[in-house]
Amino acid sequence: MIKTDALIIGAGPTGLFTAHQLKLIGLSCEIVDNLDKIGGQCIELYPDKPIYDIPAIPECTGEELTNNLIEQLKPFKIKFHLSERVDEVKKNKEIWEVKTNKGTKFITPNIIIAGGVGSFEPRKFAPKECEKFENKSIFYSIKDKSIFKGKSVSIFGGGDSALDWAIELSKDSKVNLIHRRDEFRGAQATVDKMNELVKSNKINLFTKHQLKSVIGKENLESIEIVHDNKEIKNLKTDYILGFFGLIMQLGPIAKWGLNIDKKTISVDTEKFETNQKGIYAVGDICTYPGKLKLILSGFHEGALAARACFKLARPNEKYRFEFTTSSKSIKDRLGVKE
Amino acid sequence: MPKITYIEHNGKSHTIEVSNGLSVMEGAVQNNIPGIDADCGGSMACATCHVYVKEEWFNKLPKKEDGEEDMLDMAFEPKKNSRLSCQLMVSDQIDGLVVNLPEKQV
Repeated sequence: MIKTDALIIGAGPTGLFTAHQLKLIGLSCEIVDNLDKIGGQCIELYPDKPIYDIPAIPECTGEELTNNLIEQLKPFKIKFHLSERVDEVKKNKEIWEVKTNKGTKFITPNIIIAGGVGSFEPRKFAPKECEKFENKSIFYSIKDKSIFKGKSVSIFGGGDSALDWAIELSKDSKVNLIHRRDEFRGAQATVDKMNELVKSNKINLFTKHQLKSVIGKENLESIEIVHDNKEIKNLKTDYILGFFGLIMQLGPIAKWGLNIDKKTISVDTEKFETNQKGIYAVGDICTYPGKLKLILSGFHEGALAARACFKLARPNEKYRFEFTTSSKSIKDRLGVKE
Repeated sequence: MPKITYIEHNGKSHTIEVSNGLSVMEGAVQNNIPGIDADCGGSMACATCHVYVKEEWFNKLPKKEDGEEDMLDMAFEPKKNSRLSCQLMVSDQIDGLVVNLPEKQV
């Protein structure tokens, strides 16, 4: 059980700067994120794309912005819980009890949701019957590649993940690679390598094909794939891997009793508090009249939510507004020597 | 104003007027048409505003950029006539456009 003044859900730019604001005013906080890395949409969707509207930064990429925010947080040694998704939020008197999908428990008076558009989850196959094989013979990520040894594996997708795994698994498995068009969006060198393996019959390539159905009662036996011209092929296969990137899903947040409107959470504009006392929403996931989905808005929202947290975390103290340029206590927290 | 018709997967049809300069996605979102999520807000980063364009219209639209085709790889049941509606700009030239919405976006 981890006790903290505030728990931040989401390690994107807004969550990171909100952590900074909390620590500046002397509160403790920890951050949970379902991705395996820090940075949220900036790092997952557009690490290389330049951003031009961060105040005082004429141009930076999503990755540079993330790295700068991490650098800014360095004096504070924040504990991150990555690859974990908050599943349960329950109120016990004035305190929130929070549990993640990995079983980590927190107790805190304040939860700040900086969740973007929800948590990143793998995109899944369309046919419904795929669900029953999920995590048995159908996977969207690989934890242990040894299970594929000597087996027949059908890999779907046209990006680097699909290509890298097709190349890697072709060493010890029978690999089918299936993609909906002729062009691949993976790195050229990887595409060339894959094409070589196709020529030497190490990989069976099916382009302009998509998954139509999966066949098998208890165990997966084969799949049907359909060509653009409607022709159907049956492939014997032991495992199916799908690499269609990640999708953002609101997920468990929808079940916490918050006022949700079109995947966003309604908040006030003083504390950025939701309809639940002690739960705040900041960044892309919150909505209020005039809301702009800009990173700079998330910074502002996080700064105000952090001040609101103070009241619940330190009910017997009075919050005093201070500037980083002049406050001795803030400089001490930052470890700045005068 | 150009009229755009959105047909939900269950067959329910919505014909609405959309201002020139908005995207077909924005037309749907502003008019609460169910079936277009547009999670990323139109930055061609998510493939949740995926639509099927009626064949007679498909060839009249400006061609896809590379990035759009890449994102369509990740859409739910993409077909030959798939487009991302955030990339379709409304103008008098596409007055009368009909798009079909997929069963779901994710």
